[in-house]
Amino acid sequence: MNGMHDLGGMHGFGPVNPERDEPVFHHEWERRAFAINLAAGFLGRWNIDMSRFAREHMPPGEYLTTTYYEHWLYGLERLLVQRGLVSARELQTLRAQGPGPLKALGPEDLPKALRNRRAARMEDHLATPRFKAGDRVRTKNLNPTTHTRLPRYARDKVGVIDRDHGVFIFADEHAVSGQKVPQHCYAVRFEGRELWGPDAGPRDAVYVDLFEPYLEPAS
Amino acid sequence: MSEHHHDHDHDHEHEHDDRPGEHGAPLTDVQLRVRALESLLVDKGLVDPKALDTLIDTYETKVGPRNGARVVAKAWVDPAFKQRLLTDSTAAIAELGFIGRQGEDMVVLENTPKVHNVVVCTLCSCYPWPVLGLPPVWYKSGPYRARTVIEPRGVLREFGVNLADDVEVRVWDSTAELRYLVLPERPKGSEGMTEDQLAELVTRDAMIGVAQVKAPAR
Repeated sequence: MNGMHDLGGMHGFGPVNPERDEPVFHHEWERRAFAINLAAGFLGRWNIDMSRFAREHMPPGEYLTTTYYEHWLYGLERLLVQRGLVSARELQTLRAQGPGPLKALGPEDLPKALRNRRAARMEDHLATPRFKAGDRVRTKNLNPTTHTRLPRYARDKVGVIDRDHGVFIFADEHAVSGQKVPQHCYAVRFEGRELWGPDAGPRDAVYVDLFEPYLEPAS
Repeated sequence: MSEHHHDHDHDHEHEHDDRPGEHGAPLTDVQLRVRALESLLVDKGLVDPKALDTLIDTYETKVGPRNGARVVAKAWVDPAFKQRLLTDSTAAIAELGFIGRQGEDMVVLENTPKVHNVVVCTLCSCYPWPVLGLPPVWYKSGPYRARTVIEPRGVLREFGVNLADDVEVRVWDSTAELRYLVLPERPKGSEGMTEDQLAELVTRDAMIGVAQVKAPAR
Protein backbone atom coordinates (compact mmCIF):
# COMPACT_ATOMS: atom_id res chain seq x y z
CA MET A 1 0.00 0.00 0.00
CA ASN A 2 1.15 3.55 -0.66
CA GLY A 3 1.27 4.29 3.06
CA MET A 4 3.14 6.80 5.18
CA HIS A 5 5.73 4.16 6.01
CA ASP A 6 7.22 4.37 2.50
CA LEU A 7 9.54 7.28 3.26
CA GLY A 8 12.45 6.84 0.86
CA GLY A 9 13.30 10.04 -1.00
CA MET A 10 11.01 12.42 0.90
CA HIS A 11 12.17 15.94 1.71
CA GLY A 12 11.47 18.16 4.68
CA PHE A 13 12.38 15.94 7.63
CA GLY A 14 15.39 17.98 8.70
CA PRO A 15 18.62 16.57 10.11
CA VAL A 16 19.15 13.11 11.53
CA ASN A 17 19.50 13.53 15.28
CA PRO A 18 21.65 10.79 16.79
CA GLU A 19 21.57 10.66 20.58
CA ARG A 20 24.88 10.20 22.35
CA ASP A 21 25.08 7.05 24.50
CA GLU A 22 21.50 6.21 23.65
CA PRO A 23 19.85 3.62 25.92
CA VAL A 24 18.20 0.57 24.30
CA PHE A 25 14.84 1.70 25.69
CA HIS A 26 13.89 5.22 26.78
CA HIS A 27 10.84 4.35 28.88
CA GLU A 28 9.53 1.38 30.79
CA TRP A 29 6.47 1.25 28.51
CA GLU A 30 8.77 0.76 25.51
CA ARG A 31 10.28 -2.33 27.16
CA ARG A 32 6.83 -3.76 27.78
CA ALA A 33 5.49 -2.84 24.31
CA PHE A 34 8.51 -4.50 22.69
CA ALA A 35 8.15 -7.66 24.76
CA ILE A 36 4.38 -8.13 24.39
CA ASN A 37 4.80 -7.74 20.62
CA LEU A 38 7.37 -10.51 20.47
CA ALA A 39 5.56 -12.76 22.92
CA ALA A 40 2.22 -12.39 21.11
CA GLY A 41 3.96 -13.04 17.79
CA PHE A 42 5.37 -16.30 19.17
CA LEU A 43 1.81 -17.63 19.40
CA GLY A 44 1.96 -18.07 15.62
CA ARG A 45 -1.34 -16.47 14.64
CA TRP A 46 0.40 -14.07 12.25
CA ASN A 47 3.70 -13.70 10.43
CA ILE A 48 6.19 -10.84 10.18
CA ASP A 49 4.73 -9.58 6.90
CA MET A 50 1.28 -9.37 8.50
CA SER A 51 2.88 -7.42 11.37
CA ARG A 52 4.40 -4.92 8.95
CA PHE A 53 1.16 -4.63 6.98
CA ALA A 54 -0.79 -4.00 10.19
CA ARG A 55 1.54 -1.14 11.18
CA GLU A 56 1.28 0.36 7.69
CA HIS A 57 -2.43 0.94 8.30
CA MET A 58 -1.73 3.63 10.87
CA PRO A 59 -3.20 6.90 9.48
CA PRO A 60 -0.41 9.06 7.96
CA GLY A 61 -0.76 11.98 10.38
CA GLU A 62 -0.58 9.67 13.34
CA TYR A 63 2.34 7.72 11.89
CA LEU A 64 4.51 10.82 11.65
CA THR A 65 3.73 12.13 15.13
CA THR A 66 4.17 8.92 17.09
CA THR A 67 7.25 6.93 18.02
CA TYR A 68 8.42 3.55 16.80
CA TYR A 69 7.00 1.45 19.62
CA GLU A 70 3.65 3.23 19.24
CA HIS A 71 3.62 1.96 15.64
CA TRP A 72 4.24 -1.53 17.00
CA LEU A 73 1.46 -1.11 19.53
CA TYR A 74 -0.99 0.03 16.85
CA GLY A 75 -0.14 -3.01 14.69
CA LEU A 76 -0.38 -5.41 17.63
CA GLU A 77 -3.82 -4.21 18.69
CA ARG A 78 -5.05 -4.54 15.12
CA LEU A 79 -3.70 -8.09 14.76
CA LEU A 80 -4.92 -9.28 18.16
CA VAL A 81 -8.50 -8.61 17.08
CA GLN A 82 -8.13 -9.55 13.39
CA ARG A 83 -6.50 -12.87 14.19
CA GLY A 84 -8.93 -13.77 16.95
CA LEU A 85 -6.78 -13.64 20.07
CA VAL A 86 -8.75 -10.81 21.66
CA SER A 87 -12.30 -9.65 20.93
CA ALA A 88 -13.03 -6.11 19.75
CA ARG A 89 -14.96 -5.57 22.99
CA GLU A 90 -12.05 -6.78 25.10
CA LEU A 91 -9.67 -4.42 23.31
CA GLN A 92 -12.11 -1.55 23.79
CA THR A 93 -12.64 -2.18 27.50
CA LEU A 94 -9.18 -3.68 28.12
CA ARG A 95 -10.85 -6.30 30.29
CA ALA A 96 -10.62 -10.05 29.69
CA GLN A 97 -13.93 -11.82 29.19
CA GLY A 98 -12.42 -15.30 29.17
CA PRO A 99 -9.23 -17.19 28.46
CA GLY A 100 -7.50 -16.84 25.10
CA PRO A 101 -7.45 -19.63 22.49
CA LEU A 102 -3.71 -20.30 22.89
CA LYS A 103 -1.33 -20.78 25.79
CA ALA A 104 1.49 -18.30 26.46
CA LEU A 105 5.11 -19.31 25.96
CA GLY A 106 6.96 -19.46 29.27
CA PRO A 107 10.56 -18.37 29.83
CA GLU A 108 11.64 -21.99 29.27
CA ASP A 109 10.23 -21.88 25.72
CA LEU A 110 12.12 -18.75 24.72
CA PRO A 111 15.58 -20.09 23.80
CA LYS A 112 13.99 -22.17 21.07
CA ALA A 113 11.72 -19.34 19.91
CA LEU A 114 14.65 -16.93 19.70
CA ARG A 115 16.97 -19.27 17.80
CA ASN A 116 17.36 -19.44 14.03
CA ARG A 117 14.08 -20.41 12.45
CA ARG A 118 14.91 -20.01 8.76
CA ALA A 119 11.86 -17.82 8.90
CA ALA A 120 11.85 -16.49 5.36
CA ARG A 121 14.29 -18.50 3.24
CA MET A 122 12.91 -21.45 1.28
CA GLU A 123 14.56 -24.36 -0.50
CA ASP A 124 16.39 -23.36 -3.69
CA HIS A 125 14.70 -26.02 -5.82
CA LEU A 126 11.25 -24.51 -5.22
CA ALA A 127 11.70 -21.77 -7.84
CA THR A 128 13.75 -21.37 -11.01
CA PRO A 129 15.40 -17.96 -11.26
CA ARG A 130 14.34 -15.80 -14.18
CA PHE A 131 17.34 -13.46 -13.79
CA LYS A 132 21.04 -13.73 -13.00
CA ALA A 133 23.74 -11.32 -11.85
CA GLY A 134 24.45 -8.72 -14.53
CA ASP A 135 20.97 -8.80 -16.11
CA ARG A 136 19.31 -5.45 -16.72
CA VAL A 137 15.82 -5.29 -15.28
CA ARG A 138 12.99 -2.79 -15.06
CA THR A 139 10.81 -2.67 -11.98
CA LYS A 140 7.11 -2.75 -12.64
CA ASN A 141 4.85 0.19 -11.92
CA LEU A 142 2.78 -1.44 -9.19
CA ASN A 143 0.53 0.29 -6.67
CA PRO A 144 -1.22 -2.46 -4.73
CA THR A 145 -3.51 -1.47 -1.86
CA THR A 146 -2.05 -4.45 0.01
CA HIS A 147 1.44 -5.01 1.42
CA THR A 148 4.45 -4.72 -0.87
CA ARG A 149 8.20 -4.44 -0.42
CA LEU A 150 8.73 -2.53 -3.65
CA PRO A 151 9.24 1.06 -2.45
CA ARG A 152 7.66 3.86 -4.46
CA TYR A 153 11.00 5.43 -5.34
CA ALA A 154 12.12 2.21 -7.06
CA ARG A 155 9.07 1.65 -9.28
CA ASP A 156 9.38 1.75 -13.07
CA LYS A 157 13.17 2.12 -12.83
CA VAL A 158 15.97 0.33 -14.64
CA GLY A 159 18.64 -1.45 -12.62
CA VAL A 160 21.09 -4.32 -12.78
CA ILE A 161 20.88 -7.56 -10.84
CA ASP A 162 23.80 -7.49 -8.40
CA ARG A 163 23.18 -10.94 -6.93
CA ASP A 164 20.51 -13.57 -6.52
CA HIS A 165 19.90 -14.04 -2.79
CA GLY A 166 18.02 -17.29 -3.36
CA VAL A 167 14.42 -18.26 -2.72
CA PHE A 168 12.33 -16.52 -0.09
CA ILE A 169 8.71 -16.35 0.99
CA PHE A 170 7.04 -13.71 -1.20
CA ALA A 171 6.16 -11.01 1.33
CA ASP A 172 3.25 -9.51 -0.62
CA GLU A 173 1.26 -12.76 -0.59
CA HIS A 174 2.41 -13.81 2.88
CA ALA A 175 1.07 -10.57 4.40
CA VAL A 176 -2.39 -11.16 3.00
CA SER A 177 -3.09 -14.91 2.96
CA GLY A 178 -0.22 -16.38 4.97
CA GLN A 179 0.67 -18.59 2.01
CA LYS A 180 4.36 -19.26 1.53
CA VAL A 181 4.88 -18.62 -2.18
CA PRO A 182 8.53 -19.24 -3.16
CA GLN A 183 10.14 -16.43 -5.18
CA HIS A 184 13.70 -15.49 -5.96
CA CYS A 185 14.85 -12.33 -4.22
CA TYR A 186 17.57 -10.25 -5.88
CA ALA A 187 19.74 -7.32 -4.83
CA VAL A 188 19.14 -4.86 -7.66
CA ARG A 189 21.54 -1.97 -8.17
CA PHE A 190 20.09 1.37 -9.29
CA GLU A 191 22.29 4.29 -10.21
CA GLY A 192 21.44 7.40 -8.22
CA ARG A 193 20.63 9.33 -11.42
CA GLU A 194 18.18 6.66 -12.58
CA LEU A 195 16.24 7.07 -9.33
CA TRP A 196 16.60 10.79 -8.66
CA GLY A 197 17.59 12.50 -11.88
CA PRO A 198 20.55 14.73 -12.75
CA ASP A 199 21.02 16.18 -9.26
CA ALA A 200 22.00 12.80 -7.81
CA GLY A 201 25.67 12.09 -7.18
CA PRO A 202 27.36 10.43 -10.18
CA ARG A 203 28.97 7.84 -7.92
CA ASP A 204 25.97 7.06 -5.73
CA ALA A 205 24.00 3.83 -6.12
CA VAL A 206 21.12 2.27 -4.21
CA TYR A 207 20.76 -1.49 -3.84
CA VAL A 208 17.22 -2.71 -3.19
CA ASP A 209 16.24 -6.31 -2.36
CA LEU A 210 13.41 -7.14 -4.74
CA PHE A 211 11.25 -10.19 -5.34
CA GLU A 212 11.10 -11.57 -8.86
CA PRO A 213 7.43 -10.65 -9.50
CA TYR A 214 8.42 -6.96 -9.23
CA LEU A 215 10.84 -7.27 -12.16
CA GLU A 216 10.79 -7.63 -15.92
CA PRO A 217 13.69 -7.78 -18.39
CA ALA A 218 14.95 -4.39 -19.60
CA SER A 219 16.22 -4.08 -23.13
CA MET B 1 13.02 17.53 16.90
CA SER B 2 12.48 20.41 19.29
CA GLU B 3 14.74 23.40 18.83
CA HIS B 4 15.42 23.25 22.55
CA HIS B 5 16.51 19.65 22.31
CA HIS B 6 20.09 20.30 23.35
CA ASP B 7 19.14 22.60 26.22
CA HIS B 8 17.16 19.89 27.84
CA ASP B 9 18.33 18.40 31.05
CA HIS B 10 18.24 14.70 30.29
CA ASP B 11 17.31 13.42 33.69
CA HIS B 12 16.65 9.73 33.30
CA GLU B 13 14.62 9.59 36.49
CA HIS B 14 12.07 11.75 34.78
CA GLU B 15 10.00 10.13 32.05
CA HIS B 16 9.76 12.69 29.29
CA ASP B 17 7.80 12.57 26.08
CA ASP B 18 9.93 11.98 23.02
CA ARG B 19 7.19 12.61 20.46
CA PRO B 20 7.92 15.29 17.90
CA GLY B 21 6.24 18.54 18.79
CA GLU B 22 5.33 17.50 22.30
CA HIS B 23 8.74 17.32 23.84
CA GLY B 24 8.57 17.59 27.58
CA ALA B 25 4.84 16.88 27.94
CA PRO B 26 3.79 14.05 30.23
CA LEU B 27 2.89 10.90 28.32
CA THR B 28 0.48 9.03 30.49
CA ASP B 29 -1.87 7.79 27.76
CA VAL B 30 0.55 5.39 26.09
CA GLN B 31 1.99 4.24 29.42
CA LEU B 32 -1.47 3.42 30.67
CA ARG B 33 -2.45 1.77 27.42
CA VAL B 34 0.57 -0.55 27.35
CA ARG B 35 0.05 -1.47 30.99
CA ALA B 36 -3.63 -2.24 30.41
CA LEU B 37 -2.91 -4.22 27.25
CA GLU B 38 -0.26 -6.29 29.00
CA SER B 39 -2.72 -7.03 31.84
CA LEU B 40 -5.38 -8.05 29.34
CA LEU B 41 -3.01 -10.46 27.58
CA VAL B 42 -1.76 -11.89 30.86
CA ASP B 43 -5.33 -12.35 32.13
CA LYS B 44 -6.19 -14.22 28.95
CA GLY B 45 -3.14 -16.45 29.35
CA LEU B 46 -1.66 -15.24 26.05
CA VAL B 47 1.58 -13.84 27.46
CA ASP B 48 3.61 -14.81 30.51
CA PRO B 49 5.06 -11.85 32.47
CA LYS B 50 8.20 -13.85 33.27
CA ALA B 51 8.77 -14.48 29.56
CA LEU B 52 8.37 -10.75 28.94
CA ASP B 53 11.07 -10.01 31.52
CA THR B 54 13.39 -12.53 29.87
CA LEU B 55 12.81 -11.01 26.42
CA ILE B 56 13.54 -7.51 27.69
CA ASP B 57 16.69 -8.68 29.48
CA THR B 58 17.90 -10.52 26.38
CA TYR B 59 17.66 -7.52 24.09
CA GLU B 60 18.64 -4.90 26.64
CA THR B 61 21.71 -6.57 28.13
CA LYS B 62 22.79 -9.64 26.15
CA VAL B 63 22.43 -8.87 22.45
CA GLY B 64 24.09 -5.73 21.15
CA PRO B 65 26.75 -4.17 18.94
CA ARG B 66 29.60 -5.76 20.91
CA ASN B 67 28.66 -8.95 19.05
CA GLY B 68 29.13 -7.29 15.68
CA ALA B 69 32.41 -5.77 16.88
CA ARG B 70 33.73 -9.29 17.58
CA VAL B 71 32.86 -10.29 14.02
CA VAL B 72 34.62 -7.27 12.54
CA ALA B 73 37.75 -7.63 14.69
CA LYS B 74 38.08 -11.30 13.78
CA ALA B 75 37.76 -10.48 10.09
CA TRP B 76 40.55 -7.90 10.45
CA VAL B 77 43.02 -10.37 11.95
CA ASP B 78 41.99 -13.64 10.27
CA PRO B 79 41.99 -13.54 6.44
CA ALA B 80 40.41 -16.99 6.11
CA PHE B 81 37.53 -15.92 8.39
CA LYS B 82 37.14 -12.71 6.43
CA GLN B 83 36.86 -14.71 3.22
CA ARG B 84 34.15 -16.93 4.74
CA LEU B 85 32.41 -13.86 6.15
CA LEU B 86 32.15 -12.23 2.74
CA THR B 87 31.07 -15.38 0.90
CA ASP B 88 28.72 -17.02 3.44
CA SER B 89 28.07 -14.32 6.01
CA THR B 90 25.39 -16.12 8.02
CA ALA B 91 27.53 -19.23 8.57
CA ALA B 92 30.68 -17.25 9.42
CA ILE B 93 28.82 -15.11 11.96
CA ALA B 94 27.29 -18.27 13.45
CA GLU B 95 30.83 -19.57 14.08
CA LEU B 96 30.99 -16.92 16.82
CA GLY B 97 27.61 -17.99 18.15
CA PHE B 98 25.61 -15.02 16.90
CA ILE B 99 22.40 -16.41 15.47
CA GLY B 100 18.72 -15.76 15.84
CA ARG B 101 15.78 -13.60 14.90
CA GLN B 102 16.44 -10.83 12.39
CA GLY B 103 19.82 -12.37 11.59
CA GLU B 104 18.74 -15.52 9.77
CA ASP B 105 20.12 -14.37 6.42
CA MET B 106 23.09 -12.07 6.78
CA VAL B 107 25.09 -10.24 4.13
CA VAL B 108 28.38 -8.55 5.04
CA LEU B 109 29.48 -5.56 2.94
CA GLU B 110 33.15 -4.64 2.87
CA ASN B 111 34.14 -0.97 2.89
CA THR B 112 37.31 -0.16 0.96
CA PRO B 113 39.17 3.05 0.07
CA LYS B 114 37.03 3.19 -3.11
CA VAL B 115 33.61 1.89 -1.94
CA HIS B 116 31.60 3.01 1.07
CA ASN B 117 28.51 0.99 2.03
CA VAL B 118 25.69 2.29 4.23
CA VAL B 119 22.54 0.47 5.34
CA VAL B 120 18.99 1.78 5.74
CA CYS B 121 15.44 0.41 5.82
CA THR B 122 13.17 2.93 4.13
CA LEU B 123 9.96 0.90 4.62
CA CYS B 124 10.28 0.01 8.30
CA SER B 125 13.35 -0.52 10.47
CA CYS B 126 14.94 -3.83 9.46
CA TYR B 127 18.19 -4.29 11.37
CA PRO B 128 20.49 -7.25 12.16
CA TRP B 129 19.54 -7.90 15.79
CA PRO B 130 21.95 -10.75 16.66
CA VAL B 131 25.03 -8.65 15.78
CA LEU B 132 23.85 -5.10 16.51
CA GLY B 133 20.99 -5.45 19.00
CA LEU B 134 17.89 -3.29 18.62
CA PRO B 135 18.20 -0.23 16.35
CA PRO B 136 18.76 3.28 17.74
CA VAL B 137 15.96 5.84 17.41
CA TRP B 138 17.70 7.76 14.61
CA TYR B 139 17.88 4.63 12.43
CA LYS B 140 14.09 4.24 12.75
CA SER B 141 13.41 7.97 12.28
CA GLY B 142 11.88 9.78 9.32
CA PRO B 143 14.99 11.82 8.46
CA TYR B 144 17.29 8.81 8.15
CA ARG B 145 14.81 6.62 6.28
CA ALA B 146 13.77 9.42 3.90
CA ARG B 147 17.14 10.97 3.12
CA THR B 148 19.74 8.18 3.02
CA VAL B 149 18.62 6.86 -0.36
CA ILE B 150 18.37 10.27 -2.05
CA GLU B 151 21.27 12.18 -0.48
CA PRO B 152 23.57 9.66 1.18
CA ARG B 153 26.60 11.95 1.20
CA GLY B 154 24.64 14.66 3.02
CA VAL B 155 23.52 12.20 5.69
CA LEU B 156 27.05 10.83 6.03
CA ARG B 157 28.45 14.35 6.42
CA GLU B 158 26.09 14.93 9.35
CA PHE B 159 27.63 11.86 10.98
CA GLY B 160 31.11 13.28 10.33
CA VAL B 161 31.96 11.09 7.34
CA ASN B 162 33.32 13.20 4.49
CA LEU B 163 34.01 11.07 1.45
CA ALA B 164 36.10 12.11 -1.54
CA ASP B 165 34.19 12.49 -4.80
CA ASP B 166 35.86 9.43 -6.31
CA VAL B 167 34.61 7.15 -3.53
CA GLU B 168 31.52 5.26 -4.63
CA VAL B 169 28.62 5.26 -2.15
CA ARG B 170 26.43 2.17 -2.08
CA VAL B 171 23.22 2.49 -0.08
CA TRP B 172 21.58 -0.84 0.83
CA ASP B 173 17.83 -0.57 1.43
CA SER B 174 16.84 -3.64 3.50
CA THR B 175 13.51 -4.20 1.80
CA ALA B 176 13.40 -8.01 2.15
CA GLU B 177 14.62 -10.52 4.76
CA LEU B 178 18.35 -10.10 4.17
CA ARG B 179 20.10 -8.27 6.98
CA TYR B 180 23.24 -6.24 6.32
CA LEU B 181 26.37 -5.62 8.35
CA VAL B 182 29.11 -3.28 7.13
CA LEU B 183 32.70 -4.46 7.55
CA PRO B 184 34.48 -1.14 8.10
CA GLU B 185 38.04 -0.45 6.99
CA ARG B 186 40.64 -1.31 9.59
CA PRO B 187 42.10 2.01 10.73
CA LYS B 188 45.68 2.96 10.04
CA GLY B 189 47.74 2.87 13.21
CA SER B 190 46.01 -0.26 14.53
CA GLU B 191 48.60 -2.68 13.14
CA GLY B 192 49.97 -3.89 16.46
CA MET B 193 46.63 -4.33 18.18
CA THR B 194 45.13 -7.62 19.34
CA GLU B 195 41.72 -8.87 18.26
CA ASP B 196 40.23 -7.86 21.63
CA GLN B 197 41.72 -4.38 21.39
CA LEU B 198 40.42 -4.01 17.84
CA ALA B 199 36.91 -5.04 18.88
CA GLU B 200 36.93 -2.16 21.37
CA LEU B 201 37.46 0.29 18.50
CA VAL B 202 34.50 -0.89 16.42
CA THR B 203 31.35 1.16 16.86
CA ARG B 204 27.73 0.36 16.06
CA ASP B 205 27.60 3.30 13.67
CA ALA B 206 30.59 2.01 11.70
CA MET B 207 28.80 -1.32 11.22
CA ILE B 208 25.70 0.50 9.88
CA GLY B 209 28.02 2.49 7.60
CA VAL B 210 27.51 5.99 9.02
CA ALA B 211 30.94 6.16 10.67
CA GLN B 212 34.52 5.10 10.07
CA VAL B 213 36.61 3.35 12.69
CA LYS B 214 39.34 5.50 14.16
CA ALA B 215 42.55 4.29 15.71
CA PRO B 216 43.07 5.45 19.30
CA ALA B 217 45.07 8.63 19.71
CA ARG B 218 48.52 7.90 21.11
